Amino acid sequence: MSTAAVQTSDPTGPGPDAVLYAESISVVFGGLVAVNDVSFTIPKGAIVSLIGPNGAGKTTFFNVLTGLYKPTTGLVHFEGRDVTGLAPHKIAQLGMSRTFQNIRLFGLMTAEENVMVAMHSHMKAGIAGTVLHLPGQRREEHEARQAADDLLEFVGIGHVRGEYARNLSYGDQRRLEVARALGLKPRVLLLDEPTAGMNPNESAQFVSFVHRVRDEKDVSILLIEHDMSVVMRLSERITVLDRGEKIAEGGPDEIKNDQRVIEAYLGKSGAEASGA
Amino acid sequence: MFAVYQWLLPQLNDNINSFFNDWLPMSVVDECMVWVICALGLNVVVGYAGLLDLGFVAFWAIGGYVAGWLFSGFAFGVSWSFFGSAPKGAPGIHVNFWLVLIVAGFICAIAGILIGAPTLRLKSDYLALVTLGFGEIIPQFFRNGDDIFGHNFTNGTRGITPTDQISGPGFKLGPFDLQAQFLVMCVLVSLVVFVSLRLRVGRLGRAWLAIREDELAASMMGVPLMRTKLAAYAVGAVAGGLGGVAFAAHINAVIPDRFDFSISITLLAMVVLGGMGNVWGVMLGALILAWINAQGLKQIGTTFNSTFGTNINFPSYNYGLFGLILVLMMLFRREGFIPEARTKLLMREPERGQLVALGADLEDPQEVSA
Repeated sequence: MSTAAVQTSDPTGPGPDAVLYAESISVVFGGLVAVNDVSFTIPKGAIVSLIGPNGAGKTTFFNVLTGLYKPTTGLVHFEGRDVTGLAPHKIAQLGMSRTFQNIRLFGLMTAEENVMVAMHSHMKAGIAGTVLHLPGQRREEHEARQAADDLLEFVGIGHVRGEYARNLSYGDQRRLEVARALGLKPRVLLLDEPTAGMNPNESAQFVSFVHRVRDEKDVSILLIEHDMSVVMRLSERITVLDRGEKIAEGGPDEIKNDQRVIEAYLGKSGAEASGA
Repeated sequence: MFAVYQWLLPQLNDNINSFFNDWLPMSVVDECMVWVICALGLNVVVGYAGLLDLGFVAFWAIGGYVAGWLFSGFAFGVSWSFFGSAPKGAPGIHVNFWLVLIVAGFICAIAGILIGAPTLRLKSDYLALVTLGFGEIIPQFFRNGDDIFGHNFTNGTRGITPTDQISGPGFKLGPFDLQAQFLVMCVLVSLVVFVSLRLRVGRLGRAWLAIREDELAASMMGVPLMRTKLAAYAVGAVAGGLGGVAFAAHINAVIPDRFDFSISITLLAMVVLGGMGNVWGVMLGALILAWINAQGLKQIGTTFNSTFGTNINFPSYNYGLFGLILVLMMLFRREGFIPEARTKLLMREPERGQLVALGADLEDPQEVSA
């Protein structure tokens, strides 16, 4: 499959349906170019993936989107708004939410509290309201608790809402991370290697779970993932990074057969040996 | 407590009376209560939000000097009274004690934000060092503030004395109404306890806890780090300010030498010893340490010396003893006297993930509870 064919299936511009559009992002650390001129779009309601070998710059790119790094050059547009260089909590409040590759829950808070932290920016109670238990604060607190419980039910761990996050089983912690991210009521959900450490059975369940999240919570989803079976089954579009550059973009079938992608994963001779 | 001292003790015989006078005089009880107020304030900063603050004495001092300015015959050659307890026409600004509390709380909150804004960008050890600096600078400013461009702001090392008396509708306390002062302290302590407990379970308390647990994850979940930390600083500072005013009224003076670095450390020791994050634990820690500091050690020394005919100056070993207590606590009860449930878990139990890594076959928590 030629690169030209890939290009045609890839609207590099911010289509009218793009919820997030990153425009020629470059990140340079000292002399190291971690991400080089990568443009990227998440269409509304889509599930898209970012893949690439280790060290390809996926997580760096992710961190640019969520505001952790400021790109050296390039812009990030989120729902038509330029969010480049905004503080992480501002970007989060606008509706971009993420999970972490190595789980980062608030270990000594209960599952319920974890989700309620994410609702912080949707709540308004100030010091006076909290101290005096004003009616508005009580209602808000009650509603937040209810919403948190609903989210925990939604991800299937409602029965452990009162447990400290650090005491949950690994799978439940992964689910709690998603529930917490959904607590922000995001428009875009970024999942950083969500199936790391899951067995094939759990991964398969996870695929249908992500579909459910997208359909019922009305979010667009960006996935970084190493498990190719998950990526191929979930993604509507896949972007491949290698050494900081975008080397391919397209649907799962195009990517599977793309010469450069195979080379990036297997090396040149490996690609020849596989007869592709 | 109040009842015991007010009504019971005078009825009892001299022996019991002098025992209480030696071991637990009312003035010491009042002073301990001031320590409780300040320790609870520091608890919000250190225990709730996890920000190490080694300069908390600054807020105690600011509260004290607000009392010195608004609550004594010192200020600036004017004569102005606002529901004050001083006789009409007396020099100085005489504002009612309760209003001074409000003003001091307000000023300390602002001071907390002003000090916090530049320092809270730092983390852990660096934050501790900078707060330590501010804890030195502010008392130094007060100590040397008797000649700022020719104006005497703080009366220098002599301090401001006497302060006014606590008054309210229908009462006016003299400097020796220690029992009644105790009631005032109780009101303040209850207020601080109440605010601490309520904030803890609300939106802000959750955000503090989240920052203590994982700052990066908290910011990614939309918690504004700076604002939330500043709120912790401000709330803590208000308690420090209340303590400062109460202390000034209690000892009837504001003396700069009372605001040295050791106060910050002692307050921190109270928080850690009592159980970081647990209001009741911190209260107990503050009462015990403050008592040892003010009376206990002296009295133990007197008893020891008279029993064994020795002549050891116990109070001079004060900090040695503190160190010993802290070391023993860290060895045998790291989580404090009355630990917060969460901290206890952290200190005592390995994380589930660690157990699993070692090959433990754990039931799911829900199965255990079912």
